Amino acid sequence: MKLFRISGGIHPKESKELSADRPIERLPLASVLRIPLQQHIGGPAVAVVDKGDAVKKGQILAVGRGMVSAPVHAPTSGRIVSIGRFVAPHASGLPGQTITMRPDGRDEWGELPAPIDAFGVDPAVIAERVAASGIVGMGGATFPSAVKLNLRNRHKLDTLVINAAECEPYLTCDDRLMRERTAEVVDGVRIMRHGLGVGRAIVAVEANKPAALAALRLAVAAGGFADVTVVEVPTRYPMGSEKHLVQTLTGQETPARALTADIGIVVHNVATAFAVYEAVRLGRPLIARIVTVSGGAITRPGNFEVPIGTPVSHLVEQCGGFRGTPERLLLGGPMMGQPLASTRASIVKGVNGVLALAAAEAPTGPIMPCIRCASCVAACPCGLAPFDMAARIRKEELDGAVRIGLLDCIACGSCAWVCPANIPLVQYFNYAKGKLTAEQRTKHKQEETKRLAKFRADRLEQQRKAKEEAMARMKAEREAKKRQAEAAARVEVEG
Amino acid sequence: MTARGPIGGPHTHSGASVGRTMGLVAVALVPATAYGLYAFGWPALFLFSGTVVAALLWEALSLKLAGKPVRLFLFDGSALLTGWIVAMTLPPWAPWWIGVLGAFVAIVLGKHAFGGLGQNVFNPAMIARIFLLISFPVEMTQFLEPRPLLSPGAPGLAESLAIFVFGHAGFDAISSASLLGTVKTALGQGTALPDILSNSHGLLPLAIGAVPGSLGETSAVLLVLGGLFLLATRVITWHAPVAMIATMAALSGGFHLADPARFLDPATQLLSGTFLFAAFFIVTDYVTAPATGTGKLIFGAGVAFLTFVIRTFAAYPEGIGFAVLLMNATVPLIDHVVRPRIYGRTRSGEPIRYEER
Repeated sequence: MKLFRISGGIHPKESKELSADRPIERLPLASVLRIPLQQHIGGPAVAVVDKGDAVKKGQILAVGRGMVSAPVHAPTSGRIVSIGRFVAPHASGLPGQTITMRPDGRDEWGELPAPIDAFGVDPAVIAERVAASGIVGMGGATFPSAVKLNLRNRHKLDTLVINAAECEPYLTCDDRLMRERTAEVVDGVRIMRHGLGVGRAIVAVEANKPAALAALRLAVAAGGFADVTVVEVPTRYPMGSEKHLVQTLTGQETPARALTADIGIVVHNVATAFAVYEAVRLGRPLIARIVTVSGGAITRPGNFEVPIGTPVSHLVEQCGGFRGTPERLLLGGPMMGQPLASTRASIVKGVNGVLALAAAEAPTGPIMPCIRCASCVAACPCGLAPFDMAARIRKEELDGAVRIGLLDCIACGSCAWVCPANIPLVQYFNYAKGKLTAEQRTKHKQEETKRLAKFRADRLEQQRKAKEEAMARMKAEREAKKRQAEAAARVEVEG
Repeated sequence: MTARGPIGGPHTHSGASVGRTMGLVAVALVPATAYGLYAFGWPALFLFSGTVVAALLWEALSLKLAGKPVRLFLFDGSALLTGWIVAMTLPPWAPWWIGVLGAFVAIVLGKHAFGGLGQNVFNPAMIARIFLLISFPVEMTQFLEPRPLLSPGAPGLAESLAIFVFGHAGFDAISSASLLGTVKTALGQGTALPDILSNSHGLLPLAIGAVPGSLGETSAVLLVLGGLFLLATRVITWHAPVAMIATMAALSGGFHLADPARFLDPATQLLSGTFLFAAFFIVTDYVTAPATGTGKLIFGAGVAFLTFVIRTFAAYPEGIGFAVLLMNATVPLIDHVVRPRIYGRTRSGEPIRYEER
């Protein structure tokens, strides 16, 4: 297949060798699981169990709320010990609504929905099962997958792209999944293709995963699946950015502020495809995922199948603990991952890696002034001038930054990675985006307040007018009566 | 400069640093500088060291006055490089105060008055060069035939020190003008170009640097070598040097073809004076050049065009300093107008539109 070049991008040290040869392991269950109700983009799920309830593995714990949401299921059998707020797996370390359960050790499945004859049903049935199984984008974006499958109702689609680029350094969970559960992954891809209502699926894998590429190609050839194409894409960060992946495969840029669906393509992560396979073929909801635990400060790096809700501390312990003090503790990859505020936080659906980086892996030089070397301009895959945007944001010229493309930034971090002055460019952009969002929210709130205040004033005014009119009417009636009485009296006198 | 705030991504880094970049530029300057020091002997070495040390001292003083961390910035390599480049553009036997004054103008007026590293609009070394040229035209145009170190005609250590401290007026050196100076003077007197050039060195000495000229600018071959090193290590991009060389070649070629008796040929234009030094070490300065490839092409072409105009039609034999400063002033405008195309948008900034699907 002919590939197209993307502009910009970088080649960070891959460090995948730390964990690439470690087969997926299952670990002993943690003594307690904490399952956040907000593991996805959209409205948080609403608990449907109570404290003290005994639940079975796969049983629904919380239902999705609103159009964009996802339910949450029990990762094992056990008892609900509390429903309340607990530290979320987020950089802020702020608490979020969380169901805490104590596993009973029996790991008993509850009643599961029946398997679906995937290719014999309407695509809507697939999407419905995906929604009911709580499946969200497992590459880290955590957008509810069923909503994306349903894009077929609003857009003219022709291709499903499976994002198996895994362009973040260190991460090998998708690589292992493709190598060890190849047939299931390919089946999941085909089910999603059918669920999306399109004729072809392209699985894009970066060239640094030859074993996964070979395994997928073999499985596709063995099954004679003409609808699936496995494509080797160049190893270059951020190949896994969906718009850039689509451009590499088709040569088409997704228009600004639009979706890839606008050019007929929907992108799903390869781990999502595996989850879809399990949901459709086995009736199992999304209750576990593959996580890479790696970094120079981890004693025993590897890839693990981890039940959702497992505390990070448990995972780290099972990997032999830390080697020295980690310089950074991250959820996700080193380029776009989130610093972890507390190891008490849980593994959730969108966590593909837990990294403990040693000091040598996360160098922090002094922040110098920008020397305008323009390395960031060359590295930006979005055609932006990061140094210029940062300079404007420094001066609180947020509108100026937006004018030169702040909102087109995908926060991939390529600019900050190359910056010789160690300027935290992404930090600037995140600050500005956050501030703009807050300003918009304030503006919206003010407008809403103004609208309601005006509504109230209008209503009061109307009431007042109505009252006045009524008074006037009554007065007129009274006077008319009076005049009648006087006229009658006069008649009597004159008479 | 400031403490790291909350940690945003990325959590890994390429290892690039300001110091490393400056270090690579210094390495690229070594061959041409070493040759210059060899060709012009002890006085050149004194002048070079004096200028570099002065630059570092001025930098330290400026940082202290500005209340910036002296240690961090003094050793980032930028002041060292500025002093180095200023020294390379001086007549090799100039007295100490020329170097010290040049370093002062470059570091204090050219750089710190604008706000320090990364803030200056004009190339500090070129400001120093032009300041000195206008203020001290005699000292700044006394060039010499090379007298290689330890060769019979070269001054000894004590003599050299005297030249460095008091100037070389007392020394029986035969001052000579640079090729461009000679050509300008003779053309002004009505001599035809072929007659002037018949007495000159020819192209080969011009290329290797066996001609009178500034301390570090005479050897075209070694300067190009340094430039290629910078290209190979990706410290600089090809845009500005190629635009500059191509524009000069095209312009001077055209004029030379039209009237060979009045206009110098492209080879002489390219190999003379500061041209190649500027092409690889001056117009590629990050701070004072445009940020985009297209911007750099415009910038390089502009410098070459102005240089040609000044060399050919104005009073000064060499015009690069003026050309660079004039083009420096256009950089904010170039960067404002020439921007990379944003992903998913047209050049005008509108979202891309496809045919209705």
